[in-house]
Amino acid sequence: MQLDYFQLIDRIVDLNLEAKTITVEAQVPEKHTIFEGHFPGFPIMPGVLLTEAMAQSSGWLILGVLKFERMPFLAIVKEAKMRGFVSPGQLLTIEAKLEHEGSGFAVTKAKGRVGKELKCSAEITFGLAPFPDPSFRTFMDAMANKIGFPLQAVAQ
Amino acid sequence: MSSTFDQIANIIAETCDIPRDTIKPESHAIDDLGIDSLDFLDIAFAIDKAFGIKMPLEKWTQEVNDGKATTEQYFVLKNLADRIDELVAAKNAGAGAAT
Repeated sequence: MQLDYFQLIDRIVDLNLEAKTITVEAQVPEKHTIFEGHFPGFPIMPGVLLTEAMAQSSGWLILGVLKFERMPFLAIVKEAKMRGFVSPGQLLTIEAKLEHEGSGFAVTKAKGRVGKELKCSAEITFGLAPFPDPSFRTFMDAMANKIGFPLQAVAQ
Repeated sequence: MSSTFDQIANIIAETCDIPRDTIKPESHAIDDLGIDSLDFLDIAFAIDKAFGIKMPLEKWTQEVNDGKATTEQYFVLKNLADRIDELVAAKNAGAGAAT
């Protein structure tokens, strides 16, 4: 995770475009100023960041399904549940599944685990829009490479 | 079995917290019920799931923006119910043709 850049996930472990599922990993940093305030003496990942991590995981899945033709933007978060604390230094594994691809929107369900323990889950809806700027698309391509997005899978 | 309109009205009532008895076949989803685009995403998801279809919202929006259709054709609920019935019929016809 690069929390200062709001990059919540580190690598894509698996992307299955047939099953429309993705698995990603996110290494929670040992130290960050966020943990100084959240909370003093009891550092835990804020629920909003766990939700964002699930949204970003879902977003990469949707980008894959749509072959990077459109960008998913977060629209609705439902049933967001923080089921357990996530601490500095822990490895978060997030799985997301595309539940529905509508006209101009997509809905996923995501779950985050540390080891086998379920820590968070949510149903997330995204609006789908053309990339608003070519440089944005270029940035997403660079990010895709950085996190190991299997670009050959969407080229087929 | 409830009518398409009844199913839509129930979905809108539940999704947008609008009293069911205020939702009429003549109601305009936007002008009368005040449903915004975000709530309509939620409604579209529920309708797609309930009827096993994909409402072509983007196509409809484009038609309205291009002046080829009015919002009433798609967003007055009795008309929306007709559009959904057409989509379901087209889906069933496609499924029949495939077998």
